[in-house]
Amino acid sequence: MADVDPSFLALPLQRLAQVALGRARDFGVTHADFRLERNRLQHLSVRDGQLEGAQDSEDLGFAVRVLLDGAWGFASGVGLTDDEAVRVAETAVTVARVAAKMTTVPVQLAPEPVHRDVTWVSAYDVNPLDVPLADKVALLGGWTRELVAGGADHAAGMLQQVQENKFYADLAGSSITQQRVWLEPVLEAYASDPATGAFDSMASTCPPFGAGWEALTDGSWDFDTERAELPGLLRAKLAAPSVEPGRYDLVIDANNLMLTIHESVGHATELDRALGYEASYAGTSFATPDHLGTLQYGSPAMHVTGDRTARRGLATVGFDDEGVEGQSWDIVRDGVLVGYQLDRSMAHTYGAALNGGRSNGCAYADSPGHVPIQRMANVSLQPDPDGPDTAGLIGRVERGIHVVGHKSWSIDMQRYNFQFTGQRFYAIEDGELKGQLRDVAYQATTTDFWGSLEAVGGPQTYVLGGVLNCGKAQPGQSAPVSHGTPSALFRDVNVLNTSEEGTA
Amino acid sequence: MTVRPQQLVEHALETSTSDACVVIVEDSTSANLRWANNTLTTNGVMRSTDVTVVAFAGGGNASVSGTAATTAQVAALVEAADRAAALAGEAEDRAELVAGAAAADFDDAPAETSIAVFDEVAGQLGEEFRRAEAEQRILYGFVFHEMTTTYVGSSTGLRLRHVQPTGHYGCTGKDAALTASAWVGGATRDFSDVSATRMAEDLATRLGWASRRLDLPAGRYDTVLPPTAVADLMIDAYWSAGARTAVDGQSVFSRPGGGARFGEQVVSPGVRLASDPTYAGLECAPFALAGASSDRTSVYDNGLALAPTAWLDDGRLTALQQTRRTAAETGQPATPPIDNLVLEVDGSTGSDLDLAAGMDDGLLLTCLWYIREVDPQTMLLTGLTRDGVYKVEGGEIVGAVNNFRWNESPVDLLRRFSHAGTTVPAFSREWGEDMFSRTAMPALRVPDFNMSSVSQAL
Repeated sequence: MADVDPSFLALPLQRLAQVALGRARDFGVTHADFRLERNRLQHLSVRDGQLEGAQDSEDLGFAVRVLLDGAWGFASGVGLTDDEAVRVAETAVTVARVAAKMTTVPVQLAPEPVHRDVTWVSAYDVNPLDVPLADKVALLGGWTRELVAGGADHAAGMLQQVQENKFYADLAGSSITQQRVWLEPVLEAYASDPATGAFDSMASTCPPFGAGWEALTDGSWDFDTERAELPGLLRAKLAAPSVEPGRYDLVIDANNLMLTIHESVGHATELDRALGYEASYAGTSFATPDHLGTLQYGSPAMHVTGDRTARRGLATVGFDDEGVEGQSWDIVRDGVLVGYQLDRSMAHTYGAALNGGRSNGCAYADSPGHVPIQRMANVSLQPDPDGPDTAGLIGRVERGIHVVGHKSWSIDMQRYNFQFTGQRFYAIEDGELKGQLRDVAYQATTTDFWGSLEAVGGPQTYVLGGVLNCGKAQPGQSAPVSHGTPSALFRDVNVLNTSEEGTA
Repeated sequence: MTVRPQQLVEHALETSTSDACVVIVEDSTSANLRWANNTLTTNGVMRSTDVTVVAFAGGGNASVSGTAATTAQVAALVEAADRAAALAGEAEDRAELVAGAAAADFDDAPAETSIAVFDEVAGQLGEEFRRAEAEQRILYGFVFHEMTTTYVGSSTGLRLRHVQPTGHYGCTGKDAALTASAWVGGATRDFSDVSATRMAEDLATRLGWASRRLDLPAGRYDTVLPPTAVADLMIDAYWSAGARTAVDGQSVFSRPGGGARFGEQVVSPGVRLASDPTYAGLECAPFALAGASSDRTSVYDNGLALAPTAWLDDGRLTALQQTRRTAAETGQPATPPIDNLVLEVDGSTGSDLDLAAGMDDGLLLTCLWYIREVDPQTMLLTGLTRDGVYKVEGGEIVGAVNNFRWNESPVDLLRRFSHAGTTVPAFSREWGEDMFSRTAMPALRVPDFNMSSVSQAL
């Protein structure tokens, strides 16, 4: 287990917190929290073996949030001085006073035990930001050169790496220091067919990792095999027949289904959305609280959990940005909606039936300049302990399509209608794969789709996938989140031919 | 004592030990208010100073960015950039750095905003929340204002400054039963032209249009896209207009068999898609800015003067976004990205409502949502309609219909539209808030817009 970066601990965390919270207390606030963050990022991009761009960045600052007369006030700054801490605290109070004119429903927070002087570090061995740049460029450059040598016209490689440090303190006495690391390798091959003019691309299905550099080298993902196969698979896709639109049984790999879970279950069971707090931007949800315990979300094979504690999860934390300890819980059990994702203000009002009136730890801000909002936990579809492997699921299909990898995704603002594509699609005939298809997208309504879930695969098909850039809120925030899922079999799903969709 | 941004620039240039150096300082203040269910939900006032140091050593470079409020913090960024540049390999886009002198305003202080920018809007909002409550409507929305002052300095003598005001507003209204939804929104530079009262009135009008509800199946419909929806689509087209991607054979602007389609008629005659840093009301940085190189930008081009650029002119592809490096390969001028976008159609007049008035049987949209690329070869996009699809019969709006998922290509739409309106400031619902707010677009009427399936979302 790694230690918290000493250079973060050397910052005046406690002193600035005491100054800011003390100043806020002077105004009679009912709650105040202080959050000092440092987010270090490195983004590398390589094209055809050559470094295209390398950018290091660091976002350092702090925020003060107050509750005054039932209204929120939030302000942030970057100068790590006592004077600036006082100024930011006073600004937050000023903002709360402006906000009070427009706050018709006083904000209250669910209680949370005090967590005094605690420290938490995510599960990783080697901080990727400590690895020499030359090593990374050599690795990515070599990978892209191999793809071109293997038959791709061009190849791109990208590596995103993040180290997130947070210090949280509040007037109740909590004081929490945390460090997380995550990284995402992306590898994509491009090719065209001179005879037809057609072109396409195919990306690695490797997920982002809530882990360190070791995830690229310790067998967490079989990069060698995937890299060796990609150019040939891409050429085969270019030569593949275009899909006949219609209804098909789908066997969907974890690396595609994880995004379907993200969009149709993860976002739909955020309680702030269900209550209208994202209505003007990210949208609301069909899964409203009046349906809790009765909504048949999917078939009995569907068991979805929310989890802030999963090892290597991208949304895994020790404590959220309101000082709430990480937890895990059911969201859909036996196909029925049974849970939501909560922060402290929602838990106070709606959480009694959900989590005993306590938040389940889903508040998160992506930077010191942003206010914490309710964000997604790791939301995962559980495998069948005795379930088959992917071939076993394919073997049950007479006429269908096997979907591998994700590419394009879109869902409506209440999480009903979605359309997804993938990296590869294989025709299934009489239980066997029969080569690739082109131009495939599947389109469905959330509850119809999950209702058509016949079976989930066993633990051997389970992959913890995820995304680094889940967008939400105004101003916009980006959050990392994992989704674990097995392969799964869905019956009678609508499949489009995308080449027939555009031109009239 | 507060350190001035110019001091951060000079300190970075003085301390860098690399062959050359470019420093970009962005001093920014922003304020926002957000509301839902007729009450304020979140808010904030934020201040930041971000410094990017691009160090050049031999044929390579490295870029390091960070929050910096002191010269010591900048020195740490410079040291990191110098160290990384010394180890970097040859950059494929290497070129001579842009040379120049100090601009007359370089020494001016940064501009600022504060929560006070919303004084009038906030007062109106409180009143509109009470009115909405009384009249059985629910309001949800967001206002945002930011002032960013950018300072650029280089070891070749360049000293540039640009002040960028960015603001936008948006409000969604729903009936109390949550069965109808409407949206209005736009961009602004200073909120002097924004009225929460007018927003609420416009929403009430639109919710009135939805008092009659009709259900329609998927299919192709004669459809009026208002300027905001056209902006949603054209921004995607703009982002796909990278020269290198096209030359590599990977975009809708690629010529089958190789190269980009420069000079080819790719959309209808009379269509012009252009960017101009001096476009009235949409003014943006007049010089190139790149913290890192990409397929469309180069750190070596920092400070390059931006000229008005027509990407499509009379329907022909006349330029793609490119660096000096790719320009040398394509034989075309260097045309870096510009932070605004204007679509004009020769001879077009009228508003979206004027175009709808000319329809016998069709649809008038409000805005589009969750737009994603499905196929780069045709630039096929998918997305949803949102917050008001209205049925038009005999030129009149007769009610609201269900939402749809659509699958369409912006390039294809620019070939198939039957009528266009006057170009006006337009704010993309999808991309305007976080990425690209400075757009001016006409309404377009498309006789066969592909509504691929029905969405139950309200």
